[in-house]
Amino acid sequence: MKGDINEQVLLKGLASNDTKAIETLYKDHFGMVQAYILQNNGSYDDARDIFQEAMIALYEKAQSDSFVLTCQIKTYVYSICRRLWLKRLQQLGRYSQPVENLEETVGVEEEIEEHEKRNAAFAIMDRAMSSLGEPCKSLLEGYYIQKKDMQQLAEMFGYTNADNAKNQKYKCLMRLKKLFFSQYNIGE
Amino acid sequence: MNMDDILLQEAIERYLSQQMSEQERAYFEQMRNSTPEIDQMVVEHAMFQHEMDFYSQRRNIKSQLHDAHAKLLLQGDIQNGSEVSAGGKLIQIFHKYKRVTGIAAAVGGFIALVISGLVVYFSPVNQTQLVQLSKDIEVIKRNQQYQGNILNEVKSKIPENAKLVAGGTGFLLDNHGYLLTNAHVLKGSGAVVINSKGKEFNADILHIDNLRDLAVLRINDSEYNAPRALPYSIRKSTIDLGEEIFTLGYPRNDIVYGEGYLSSRTGFNSDSLTYQLQISANPGNSGGPVFDRSGEIVGVLSTRQAQAEGVTFAVKSGYIYTMLADCKAAKISGMEKIKPSQQSSIRGLDRKDQITRIENCVFFVKAYSK
Repeated sequence: MKGDINEQVLLKGLASNDTKAIETLYKDHFGMVQAYILQNNGSYDDARDIFQEAMIALYEKAQSDSFVLTCQIKTYVYSICRRLWLKRLQQLGRYSQPVENLEETVGVEEEIEEHEKRNAAFAIMDRAMSSLGEPCKSLLEGYYIQKKDMQQLAEMFGYTNADNAKNQKYKCLMRLKKLFFSQYNIGE
Repeated sequence: MNMDDILLQEAIERYLSQQMSEQERAYFEQMRNSTPEIDQMVVEHAMFQHEMDFYSQRRNIKSQLHDAHAKLLLQGDIQNGSEVSAGGKLIQIFHKYKRVTGIAAAVGGFIALVISGLVVYFSPVNQTQLVQLSKDIEVIKRNQQYQGNILNEVKSKIPENAKLVAGGTGFLLDNHGYLLTNAHVLKGSGAVVINSKGKEFNADILHIDNLRDLAVLRINDSEYNAPRALPYSIRKSTIDLGEEIFTLGYPRNDIVYGEGYLSSRTGFNSDSLTYQLQISANPGNSGGPVFDRSGEIVGVLSTRQAQAEGVTFAVKSGYIYTMLADCKAAKISGMEKIKPSQQSSIRGLDRKDQITRIENCVFFVKAYSK
């Protein structure tokens, strides 16, 4: 079963960070996930975290060119959330017989595995970034996340010219790479 | 650490992000080939860059999801179960029901269309009668105009920041401070009454009978001295065509006398609840007593025909008793003690003397809403 045209459009929107598509997907599917998690020993915060994780998994999947969703978004999101939540419950030792809704599910083991790898890599980068300290952290965030050029960053941080900012960025980057790769090897 | 390292790092980044020109690229690739250290640096940085891109994308989508959550929560599209600020809740409720009311309105509109379509389709014979009927209803609306007076002035016993919504006339039912007026006079949530000398008293609304357009108030004010007995009585029987009648009321701040005669035993459109009177009445006369020659109350002025001069309608006094009986049956508290005055002490007096005696029992009613 292929996703219909509407869902394809939504997924394209999600992949390109379109706010409207994100809000539509959020609105359409959050309630279902929330109901499931609340029924199964979860809190409102748990529902939010799990749902957002599933959305991130969908987002990262939708990023790849070869991606084709073979079921409805709803089914996919629900299946991911269900797996993630059952795993979370097991980790917390709160596992009890889950209450199942009559929702269709699909096998998402591969996705979950991939997602967990990604989570680990993200956590390593996040830790490395936060242990950099300032101004390195903000400088690199400005360059790699906010995608500002060196001239803008020089002005933002008060360097007298772009070359000095570049110099500083280079030092910071070397530190970050060192921190990242020291962990990354372990992670792999 | 020297400038060359920085330049090399910059070159690697430009190479990986495909920002190099054809020529530059070819030169750089040659360098990679011949220098293993540079090649290693490129591979390592490619790996790092890939992780960094992924990291930055995830940070962005996370913050977008966070924003979407907050926005939908505020709009009430999703719930989080915790208490939110009153404003937020209100907005939520609004957003929640906005759609529901929209749907309801749409469905209602659709049903109305279908029904009117069906009526037109299935009842061609009755069509003209139906139209005429609705026209008549329109005529009633247009021609009958409440004589409730819209007031602007504010006086002492009306609570501050209360708004005057209507005014009319009321008269005593007995010697315990119970007053009768029209239901349509008491549009607001509370009322004060003013006697013919301009003295103001607080009053409670006890009962409103919209069907008969009658209402009962009780003066609830320590400054009020009830008369020992009322000068007039309230007539149970109907009166006859051509009988002379008079009224007292407050179409303005001072009490105004008017006289006329009974012109029909029924009211507008043969309404058996009311009489038709030939008397001049103005907004503010609503709820005013209609007396016969001997000083018995025969009706309560309520409406007039807009396009006809002096054609006025009064609720028959007999319905005051019917209303009181209904209240008694329904056990409406405070109403069981009312004993309408049965004896007229002004029979046979000159009109001037009758009025002097009656005047104290007729009040200006001001309804306000808070």
